[in-house]
Amino acid sequence: MTKPKSFRVVGKPVAKKDAPALALGAPLFCADRVPPRCLVGRILGSPHAHARIRAIDISAAEKLPGVHAVLCHTNVPRVMRTTAGQGAPEPSPYDFTTFDAKVRFVGDRVAAVAAETAAIAEEALRAIRVEYEVLEPVLDPRQAMKSGAPVIHDEPDAHAVIPVPYEPQRNLASHVDTMVGEPDRAFREADIVLEGEFVTPYAQHTPIETHCCLAEPLLDGRLRLTTSTQVPFHARRIVAQALELPVSRIHVVKPRIGGGFGAKQEVLIEDVAALLAQRSGRPVYLELSRREEFVSSRTRHSMVVGLKIGAQKNGELAAVDLRVLSNTGAYGSHALTVSCNCGSKVLPLYRWPHIRFTADAVYTNLPVAGAYRGYGATQAAFAMESLMDELARRLGCDPIELRLRHAIRKGETSPIFRALGEGSEGVEQSIGSTGLERCLKLGARAIGWKKKWGNARWHAPQGALRRGIGMCALMQGSSIPQVDMGGAFLKLNEDGSFNLLVGATDLGTGSDTVLAQVAAEVLGVNVEQIVVTSSDTDLTPFDVGAYASSTTYLSGMAVRKAAENAAAQIRKVAARLLSAKASEIRLENGSAVAPGGKSVTLARVACHSLYEHDQHQIAGFASHISEKSPPPFSAHFAEVVVDTETGLVKVEKYVAAVDCGTAINPQLAEGQTEGAVLNGISYALCEEYLFTEQGRMRNDSFREYKIFCTRDVPQLTTILVPTYEPTGPFGAKSVSEIGINGPMPAISNAIFDAVGVRLRQAPFTPERVLEALRRG
Amino acid sequence: MQIHVEVNGRTQTFEAMPGESLLSLLRREGYLSVKRGCEEGDCGACTILLDGRSVRACLLLAAQAEGRRITTVEGLGSIERPHPLQQAFVDAGAVQCGFCTPGMILSAKALLDETPRPDEGQVREALDGNLCRCTGYKKIIEAVLLAAQRMKP
Ligand code: FES
Ligand code: FES
Repeated sequence: MTKPKSFRVVGKPVAKKDAPALALGAPLFCADRVPPRCLVGRILGSPHAHARIRAIDISAAEKLPGVHAVLCHTNVPRVMRTTAGQGAPEPSPYDFTTFDAKVRFVGDRVAAVAAETAAIAEEALRAIRVEYEVLEPVLDPRQAMKSGAPVIHDEPDAHAVIPVPYEPQRNLASHVDTMVGEPDRAFREADIVLEGEFVTPYAQHTPIETHCCLAEPLLDGRLRLTTSTQVPFHARRIVAQALELPVSRIHVVKPRIGGGFGAKQEVLIEDVAALLAQRSGRPVYLELSRREEFVSSRTRHSMVVGLKIGAQKNGELAAVDLRVLSNTGAYGSHALTVSCNCGSKVLPLYRWPHIRFTADAVYTNLPVAGAYRGYGATQAAFAMESLMDELARRLGCDPIELRLRHAIRKGETSPIFRALGEGSEGVEQSIGSTGLERCLKLGARAIGWKKKWGNARWHAPQGALRRGIGMCALMQGSSIPQVDMGGAFLKLNEDGSFNLLVGATDLGTGSDTVLAQVAAEVLGVNVEQIVVTSSDTDLTPFDVGAYASSTTYLSGMAVRKAAENAAAQIRKVAARLLSAKASEIRLENGSAVAPGGKSVTLARVACHSLYEHDQHQIAGFASHISEKSPPPFSAHFAEVVVDTETGLVKVEKYVAAVDCGTAINPQLAEGQTEGAVLNGISYALCEEYLFTEQGRMRNDSFREYKIFCTRDVPQLTTILVPTYEPTGPFGAKSVSEIGINGPMPAISNAIFDAVGVRLRQAPFTPERVLEALRRG
Repeated sequence: MQIHVEVNGRTQTFEAMPGESLLSLLRREGYLSVKRGCEEGDCGACTILLDGRSVRACLLLAAQAEGRRITTVEGLGSIERPHPLQQAFVDAGAVQCGFCTPGMILSAKALLDETPRPDEGQVREALDGNLCRCTGYKKIIEAVLLAAQRMKP
């Protein structure tokens, strides 16, 4: 679609629709909707990393007064499935059932109870007798595939549902390999070959609201789940699968939710809440404690990323070889697709003539990995952007220049787009929009790159302090092409307002507002005229949910199409009222306007169509499937001070310039970027799971697993660089994930600039920095 | 056990369970703006004002509130007349998921009551115990400064 000359609602900082109520503290979250006399759900976690349940006795728990249901593997049907909220059939292996006779990490589910109070529920958990046969755990991903390693998924019914490599007997949850050209020859012929191994830790989303779900049996025999989810429709399907019920018996409602970041793309506790409600016939509220959230929800895949790049002395790129070892923990949720993304969101950024990409995801007896903002691109970008920095230094060129020279351009394609999909072939696409060049230039200017880079005076040591500056370039995607689908329905009311019903899921990202802006732009009304109802499986059309940076791009297009559909019907009615041609009528300021200037309000159009003549409901419906996944692009810049005595790294300034196409709501797009960047800085500098030798997480609280707070925030500048993506709604691409990928490489590069050592293992804690300085 | 407190200007008598936290009591009594993010005093989602000072309700026993004055976000403003902090949070884009927002606003209120014109450093200091995973804090800090500016006498 071509670019309109100007917008009225799109591109304006319209206030987020739910913000006023949220600022008043309105009871809009799951926990706020718990009815009186609701039962409390609790889960019993495994104390062992790897064990078989020889015997389990729940009779004492069941007999406790006030206990209404006790679940464990002996009384819940075994249905193999995945917890990953993905399109069906899922690319994640079916290696999970609601309760199993084996536990595979400390915190793995053993049993669950519903009781009248939390105290009784906890007493009931203590009354459950479990006899374990403790097995040798696998805690090191590098050991997982060695012959003789204990097999974590030795159950015969674990299987993959799509034809992909899956070898649980070798602890292999997924394998990908792909090759373009002749990388071996190209490396032999390259003047410069650089290589490195980059290690990223277990880390977590830590939404401030933990996973929680209210399950209520309804009078008609159905179950209503009010749940903190990013994927209401997948949640409905997966709960139906687990309970062996048709989807028609399940109603999923997503209220306001307290953050997701991928953690809630997992159908993690809805199955247990639903079963407890079904068995007890009572409403049940189940919420994870913060410690349970750390240990037994989901994490970012910890990875060892091996990267080799080759180039000629004149700066030409020769070849790249990316080898990923991903630790998926005890279950293979998102194992395959996250590792695919390591290649598909990082390799196309530069025009590599020869490429090899291999990725293994292995099972270990550690917490389960899953979807997390950035989704594999984060880990691989750390490796790629660090080595590109090294290459620039070897070539003696400015790292910005190196990126400018080799980055993919508008109209170009990458063989990776076709080669790498979600467990199958990918989708060919060419770049329809890129603002990377401007991101690099504007970002460089904002951080003062020219004055600082290579300037010995600026770098002059001050006591033990050293200053450094670093940067990186990034790309992501917008939706999963030819897989993701979103639907939208829109109807006109008597006062000229509209109800917009979308399956799309607002996690606090502001998508309800963004989608209302898209509809308002088409219909010529204010955002206030669009009443949004979203994420209710009984009321709204289907949508895959909020993941893969898809909502604005994909669901936004569904809304645009639905609105255009409704607009056409409005024009038809208005044409009759105005004695004009429908095709000549414009919609603006809440009215339909004929060429001569004569107009009729939408309220009048609505009343005419509802009450007066040829009565019908003016309503538009559309669904949209993306044919491509246009990358947003970004350039990040970090300025750091390293204390060579303490090893402390302080980020002083950070600049993120991002091309998200048209920013439908610039304030929200900035907010997405700031949130992602700060999470990324926190991840780069201090976030890391620590485990005991038995595989128990040692730092399962915010006191011990530190995340950044207000005091830690550097001077942060966000620059939105507008481009126009022809396939997106009003030119929009995506913005939510890309920002988290930059801090790790940008800060690592800045540390090198400051003190001349490369940090290849994150987070860059004072101990690691000192250790690196000692080694030199 | 009976607890007598003043909540948002109204004198109340609540029945607390033995060992119950103030967070649990307040939520049971319908003050649902007080959020539960960790119950260990680490996240600030349960921040309330106790006699004007910002405290974490999850760390206090309900009994410790006896005879004291509590403010929750419900007591600050209404949809027609939001408190300047609430309006500034909306205007500055400081509300994403909104789960941390009530706690943030109350920590900010405690600051502005003491220090009507704080600098950025003081705002950071005052909000340091309130975690937010959505915003990156930038717009939250801006919102507090904006409110301070608007509230200037
Ligand atoms: S719930 Fe009280 S500080 Fe987290
Ligand atoms: S807005 Fe989501 S935690 Fe702060």
